[in-house]
Amino acid sequence: MDVKLRVWRQGGAFGAGSFKEYSAAGISPEASFLEMLDIVNEELTAAGEEPIVFDHDCREGICGTCGLMINGQPHGPQQGTATCQLHMRKFSDGETIVIEPWRAAAFPVIKDLVVDRSAFDRIVEVGGFISVATGAAPDANLIPVPRDAAEASMDAAACIGCGACVAACPNSAGQLFTAAKHGHLSLLPQGQPERLQRAQAMVDVMEKFFGSCTNHAECETACPKGISIDYIAQLNKDYVKSQVANRNLAGQK
Amino acid sequence: MTATGSKTDSATTTRRPPPWPIRFYQSDVGKKYVMAITGIVGIGFIIFHMLGNLHTFEGTHQINEYAEGLRDIGEPIAPRTFLVWIGRIGLLASLVLHVHAAFSLTIANQKARGTVGYDEKRNYLAANYASRTMIWSGVIVLLFLAFHLADLTIGVKAVNPDFTRGEVYDNLIASLERWPVFLIYVIAQGALALHIWHGAWSLFQSVGINNPRFNHWRRNFATGLASILAIGYLTVPFGIMFGIIH
Repeated sequence: MDVKLRVWRQGGAFGAGSFKEYSAAGISPEASFLEMLDIVNEELTAAGEEPIVFDHDCREGICGTCGLMINGQPHGPQQGTATCQLHMRKFSDGETIVIEPWRAAAFPVIKDLVVDRSAFDRIVEVGGFISVATGAAPDANLIPVPRDAAEASMDAAACIGCGACVAACPNSAGQLFTAAKHGHLSLLPQGQPERLQRAQAMVDVMEKFFGSCTNHAECETACPKGISIDYIAQLNKDYVKSQVANRNLAGQK
Repeated sequence: MTATGSKTDSATTTRRPPPWPIRFYQSDVGKKYVMAITGIVGIGFIIFHMLGNLHTFEGTHQINEYAEGLRDIGEPIAPRTFLVWIGRIGLLASLVLHVHAAFSLTIANQKARGTVGYDEKRNYLAANYASRTMIWSGVIVLLFLAFHLADLTIGVKAVNPDFTRGEVYDNLIASLERWPVFLIYVIAQGALALHIWHGAWSLFQSVGINNPRFNHWRRNFATGLASILAIGYLTVPFGIMFGIIH
């Protein structure tokens, strides 16, 4: 199949960017989207042109490195997958595909389609941990965890930090990412000691970089892991608690 | 913050954090919480006002008595019009907070989007018309509120020349018999219904009321509330237009 590409090209963080058009001819419908870009890049390299720079790593949807805005949708037209799991059969022959980087003030473009997502690291640094006793390893499964809570925590932990939630949000809010990181620790017994401190610290850092949540729920549909906005409600609740709760009583039921 | 040093040293080098309600309001999550709470206050008033409007269908005497009765609430324990003024001040405070939070969040969110936007038209899947136009439906309702107060509460001559204080029924008909005014009321009710349809759902998320067992009720609640309010309010202007209220 043949497709036309309209790709954002930007030389570096400080340069101005613009769209450039490319054509990708003879692409197999079974090729992945990133493989299609690889083929285009090989042709560009052979022609002595600068290849299109894009982020990618595992190419199996678990690392969260890839992420492109494809035809106005984060990770493209297929829901519940990252860009690397998208295949060309989702597009029609002769279609023009628009490829853009994530857009948000907190995600400055480094080059072409690659953005700097280190704002996420700043959020994780202040709350993405639990207190662990040192010493000999305890027996496994010593702490009982209700099954539903374990599942809910695991669903939140599926977040791969790709940034599609921010890219999708009309406010460029980082709420779904933050809520997933907060939720996966705060739903488990091991995450209780820092729970309120975690909510406060992560939200405070998040708000330095990102917009605010106005409950469009666009992030939920963009998320390659389908993480629910239920976690955002939980984060909001814990943030309010962090402002009013008597922390001397933390750890008591 | 310095770890060592005399008390006076630290007092000069560190600023005391503001008291918690202010610190809380300074955060975006706090502002959204305040918007939810003030929104609930607003919805409470809007329900009460809509139910009060229905007295119009009982006739001149009943709606005028009802309006007079509002001023008598709390008598003889509280002085006449005391409680109605407490209510008005509370509503005004809620409105100011709601509007301030809305504008400061909108400005902050626009900044967070950065200078370069998407070129391709966004393909929204979950965000709906109501959720994306909250600021505009809010502005329409706010402008309508100013008009409505001038029209039927204060009785500004330029807006409603036939206004007579205390004659609720006659004032209402005199104003809504005019086609442009009728249209203003209908458009404002549309904007209000859209605003409440998103707001009454959104407030659950903002204050963190979330339980997968009951979550599907939240959307239905918002749809039901917005429809009942829109229908309830529109009965009066349409009633006047079709001559049921005359």
